[in-house]
Amino acid sequence: MSTGMRKSHKKQLMDTIKEGGVGFAFLVSALVSVAAVILISIFIFANGFSAIGKIGVADFLLGEKWKPAMGLFGIYPMIIGSIYVTLGAVVIGAPIGIMTAVYLAEYCPKKIYPLFSGLINLMAGIPSVLYGFFGLVVIVPLIRDNLNSQGMSLLAASILLGIMILPTIVAISQSSLKAVNPGYYEGSLALGATHERSIFAVKMKAAGSGIISAVILGVGRAIGETMAVIMVAGNQAIIPKSVLEGVRTMTGNIVIEMGYATDLHRQALLATAAVLFVFILLVNLAFSIFLRRSSQ
Amino acid sequence: MKKNKITIKDTNLYYDDFHALKDINMEMAENEITAFIGPSGCGKSTLLKSLNRMNDLIEGCKITGDIRLDGEDIYGNMDVNLLRKRVGMVFQRPNPFPMSVYDNIAYGPRTHGIRSRVELDEIVENSLRGAAAWDDFKDRLKQSALGLSGGQQQRLCIARAIAVEPEVLLMDEPTSALDPISTAKIEELVQEIKDRYTVVIVTHNMQQAARISDVTAFFLLGELIEMEKTDKIFSVPKDKRTEDYITGRFG
Amino acid sequence: MNQASVSEQDKDMNLELTDCACSPNIRTGSDSESDGKSKISSSRIDSKSTVRLRMSGLIARILVKGGALITLAVIFTIVGYILIKGIPNIKLNLFEWEYNSENVSMMPAIVNTIVMVVVTLVIAVPIGIGAAVYMVEYVSKGSILAKVIKLAIETLAGVPSIVYGLFGALFFVKFLEFQLSILAGCLTLAIMILPLVMGTTEEALRMVPISYKEGSLALGATRVQTIFKVQLGPATPGILSGVIIAVGRIVGESAALVFTSGTIAKPLVSMLSSGRTLSVHMYVLSGEGFHIEQTYATATVLMVLVLILNGLSTLIAKKLGSKNENE
Repeated sequence: MSTGMRKSHKKQLMDTIKEGGVGFAFLVSALVSVAAVILISIFIFANGFSAIGKIGVADFLLGEKWKPAMGLFGIYPMIIGSIYVTLGAVVIGAPIGIMTAVYLAEYCPKKIYPLFSGLINLMAGIPSVLYGFFGLVVIVPLIRDNLNSQGMSLLAASILLGIMILPTIVAISQSSLKAVNPGYYEGSLALGATHERSIFAVKMKAAGSGIISAVILGVGRAIGETMAVIMVAGNQAIIPKSVLEGVRTMTGNIVIEMGYATDLHRQALLATAAVLFVFILLVNLAFSIFLRRSSQ
Repeated sequence: MKKNKITIKDTNLYYDDFHALKDINMEMAENEITAFIGPSGCGKSTLLKSLNRMNDLIEGCKITGDIRLDGEDIYGNMDVNLLRKRVGMVFQRPNPFPMSVYDNIAYGPRTHGIRSRVELDEIVENSLRGAAAWDDFKDRLKQSALGLSGGQQQRLCIARAIAVEPEVLLMDEPTSALDPISTAKIEELVQEIKDRYTVVIVTHNMQQAARISDVTAFFLLGELIEMEKTDKIFSVPKDKRTEDYITGRFG
Repeated sequence: MNQASVSEQDKDMNLELTDCACSPNIRTGSDSESDGKSKISSSRIDSKSTVRLRMSGLIARILVKGGALITLAVIFTIVGYILIKGIPNIKLNLFEWEYNSENVSMMPAIVNTIVMVVVTLVIAVPIGIGAAVYMVEYVSKGSILAKVIKLAIETLAGVPSIVYGLFGALFFVKFLEFQLSILAGCLTLAIMILPLVMGTTEEALRMVPISYKEGSLALGATRVQTIFKVQLGPATPGILSGVIIAVGRIVGESAALVFTSGTIAKPLVSMLSSGRTLSVHMYVLSGEGFHIEQTYATATVLMVLVLILNGLSTLIAKKLGSKNENE
């Protein structure tokens, strides 16, 4: 080796500093996400909890009256509203989504597959406002004209959210079905079971945790969805007595009033977000537990 | 001479352009153990899987000729699920379902419409006894089958196959993933059950073929080279290639 | 049988969505006859149960294909409805530079959206890539730091956009005093797409064959040189597909922007002034309910944008797939 190629001491030192500097930059980048989670938690919870402290935990979480003008900040109707809407979405979206996943994983002809899964991706990419607009101009009038309802309702929100969580449920269920040991399926066929029985009684059982985690992730999407729900739910801050009545979710509560709220009212909205955030964290926890179980 | 259970006539099989089985003609007698031997890729597993149409799963696989079970064309009018019920299979890697031992064995009977608990209990016990595994398993019927050792899993899979009362049992290198002690147990079991079933076993292990089978068929490059009574083929092979293989001169 | 194609049955099962009725199991008539002939020693398992097995198979098939059909119908209805209703309403004055209640121009919103996309990417992409490199190259998978970062990323990925929006309003708008501004919106969205960019980059980096890295290090290149010269290159298509999905999310986002970049319909003045993106514009328009035709047209423009982005990412994914197959 010629001496010319050997690095001088000075250059070597510069290189070491450069290496260290760039490495440090990578570390800082990686820590941005941690910092973001901490900041989000601090800002949402600090503001939220101080409001809950002023209003009173029971009055806030279990109070059935939300009348900011009268100083009444009970978000119970919104909590129930979010739960109803989410349940509705799962009832509608989960069976359709799981069946679609089974179709894609077990039935879809190779030629159609790329197109079909591309459409599912497209569905995942459609913005909330477009879903909301579609709900507003198609689903709401359908309900209004055919059922005895004003249209904007729990039912409309459930149908719309059921559609919106489809791509999530399809994608994750499908990949967990595909990850099932092929020996299970073959073993079942070899016992004389049909394609269908082999899928439903063996493969889906083996993919169970993965499918459940898909539904849980769908629940997370549904409970956190905002704009689309506002556009079709009616947003009355009372607990609906039927699926045809209007409903307000926690997310809706925030967006509808945040624009003009001040003082305690504003803080109460941030507290609503804090409660929503707790729900989301619980859902995420459940999701990762099931996902971990399914990968075992 | 025993009755022929399976007849294979002029059978060819292709994976797309690859000619995997060439003009196979053979017969397998009832209640005998037939062993398929030969080097990797010789088509022995492929032929085995043609007998219960598991090759149907492979895309681009095409078969011509005539395979009959009790004189019935299995690629003809016969319902494939019914065929597989009659021709059971044990796989190379034990593949118990992710369920309890009991549910694994009851899966087949349930598939074929048996719902009564009493009947299922009886089938589970009989199948496990049939697979010489009742004493080992009777106290852990509720346990997950995935927690069992490889050898136990394979015996469970045999019991599971027996539970649907097949006439033929296909075994695709059933001991290749097992330790010697488990292998010995399975071999013993195979010999015990031949009174009730026609057994076709694919094996890599010539000693195994020699130990347990009545008839041995040697395959090479998709062709059936020689099929003979086991004691004969291993002592006085007719074909030079068979001799080369069993004396370990190639493969 | 002769020439029976063996995979015929499975192909049969896989026919079009509507073929339930011609699947192989429908040959019940002839089959049950042969069942009769082939009646075997088995006492318990009779042909009646075979029929039942077939029936439940048929029902299962109807459910599966029905579900898939509903999904397809929903996608086509949504996309089709918006396009069909919107395209005839697209008029030239919708693209005039200034917005007023007469023309309901979406031009300012389009400009804002482009600015939003560019600035957000400029902030988030380097951080996301850096973080991914750190995760892949600098820290072992099992270490506490790696676990903490992974947990943070997973948490961020699950945070709903309205919570991002409120955080942005509290932190960037109020605490850092950026006011309702494009910049506050960009920073908020940058955090929101961070998990996406980082996740896809990490995945792409892990796919790069280790031999590349070893080869480079063996030639005396440093770790950083190796990362930039031989590892990030092959990972680019993967990173790009993540970035395109991120662009889609920025374009489609509304809840996180209403309280950060606001809803002012003026064209961009500065990064520190408020401005609505196309999605926010869409939300405001449909909430007002005055300009139905213009709303349909705006929805169509948004939908076309999403379709283009989706097509792009599919294209890249396809290229990626075929490249991986070649390797």
